[in-house]
Amino acid sequence: MSTILDLQNITTTVNEGTNEEKQILKNINLKLEDGDFVTLLGTNGAGKSTLLNIINGSIFPTTGKVLLKDRDLTPLSEVKRAKYIAQVFQDPKMGTAPRMTVAENLLLATKRGQHRGLRLRGLDKHMKEFEKETAQLPNGLNERLNTFVGNLSGGQRQTLGFLMATIKKPELLLLDEHTAALDPNTSRDLLELTDQVVREEKLTCIMITHQLKDAIKYGNRMVILNSGQIVLDVKGEEKKELTEEDILQYFTD
Amino acid sequence: MSLITSTIGQGLLWGVLALGLFLTFRILNFPDMTVEGTFPFGAAICVSALVHGVDPVLATILSFLGGMLTGLVTGLLYTKGKIPVLLAGILTMTGVYSVNLRILGKANVGLLNKATLLNEKFLQKLPTNFPTIVVGLFFAVLIILLLAVFLNTDLGQSFIATGDNEKMARSLGINTDSMKILGLMLSNGLIGLAGGLIAQNGGYADVNMGIGTMVTSLAAIIIGEVVYGKNLTLTARLIAIIIGSIIYRLILLLVLQLGFSTNDFRLISAIILAICMMLPLFEKKFHVRKLLKKGVQKP
Repeated sequence: MSTILDLQNITTTVNEGTNEEKQILKNINLKLEDGDFVTLLGTNGAGKSTLLNIINGSIFPTTGKVLLKDRDLTPLSEVKRAKYIAQVFQDPKMGTAPRMTVAENLLLATKRGQHRGLRLRGLDKHMKEFEKETAQLPNGLNERLNTFVGNLSGGQRQTLGFLMATIKKPELLLLDEHTAALDPNTSRDLLELTDQVVREEKLTCIMITHQLKDAIKYGNRMVILNSGQIVLDVKGEEKKELTEEDILQYFTD
Repeated sequence: MSLITSTIGQGLLWGVLALGLFLTFRILNFPDMTVEGTFPFGAAICVSALVHGVDPVLATILSFLGGMLTGLVTGLLYTKGKIPVLLAGILTMTGVYSVNLRILGKANVGLLNKATLLNEKFLQKLPTNFPTIVVGLFFAVLIILLLAVFLNTDLGQSFIATGDNEKMARSLGINTDSMKILGLMLSNGLIGLAGGLIAQNGGYADVNMGIGTMVTSLAAIIIGEVVYGKNLTLTARLIAIIIGSIIYRLILLLVLQLGFSTNDFRLISAIILAICMMLPLFEKKFHVRKLLKKGVQKP
């Protein structure tokens, strides 16, 4: 087992030097092994999203380092990190381009992090592959490859967003409450799909969720943040045996 | 008849401007006010070059390059300087006004029988107004072809994605700042080119010729969309803009024939654009389409 993600002494301070100064993350150290599927829990304001944003590069830590497969990503922007990291956002509208078709969105995703030059996009060459990939998904995207994404349902958009994040295998997959905006059935379908893909492709993944049941059911590892610190980090059998009551203890101040 | 041919020629030339504006207004999804500075800038460069005996082809290319420069300035102010795009465009537009005065030396410079693209020898044999139509058609077709190819490349798709969903584009590794600068440069390049062409056609450049160009070119885009709808391929949308531009000029011609003077042009332009932009609203309110469909289904 090799280390994929290595967070070293991550601290984030906002409004530094003013009365409003606040530490969002306090000295976070976290190592993810190859194939780890981590469910990340915590109350609102515990620092979950901040942590994810520090990993994806959309914000920079005040101190500390982000290493991915021993490469120092700390100074790299979100755009540069896209080569290694894929994301699915909470809002289905965030992860897909509405005025482009399903196939065009997928094509953009197959080239995640690559140089994009004046070569013709070659959509036709990829259509077979896209038909195959979407045929395995729950909600009929394979029949809507030429539909503008803006005309899809939220569930379809989010399924597409998930496929876009995984169609080119990332070294690390970040899921920020990616099923929270969906109805219960669609949400369950997408979670099942997520679980299946992460296992089959042996992806290393962090999934933020507020559903304790899901946090217990999915993944091999659980991390709980409270007031910017890791208060629980359990793996394997120990994680499986947790109950919702056990978890709730870690939510109080 | 000569009124109609002159109008079509004008529509084609102004259509080039509208194609440029489409790249920012519809694809990048923001209003770029640089237009009103870029357009006279292209005209000033072109006229000044022609007056100094520069070859018309080169002078036209210079107006395109000049336009790219103003686009670059706005792009840098917007992306690197973090100035809101509307203000960034206004800043460039305002600054360029002085530059235009410097280039021209005075507010208005005529071409006085200088050689231009439009009085090349082979065009001289054509009937009145047809040189404008030929030149306008040539540039419209050339630009549509080039844009259609560009938008179908990986780079073009990244450009579209940037305008469509910036957050997604960044998460897929697209440098959205570069795409915005590229878009502003291409867009303003075309607008500068249109300035150069229209100056050659009209025979002069004027520092105030930019006022109202934003509304004029938006009208072409919106009329094209009202007539043909938005569910077209991108290439078809580009063609619809040129047709929209011609229709707009025909409407203006009609209004003039009704007895309004050229002084009323800008008011009329604004009213036409406002009406066109409100059309979808009226449609919703009065269910125009539904009523029409009902009429067909139950005769």
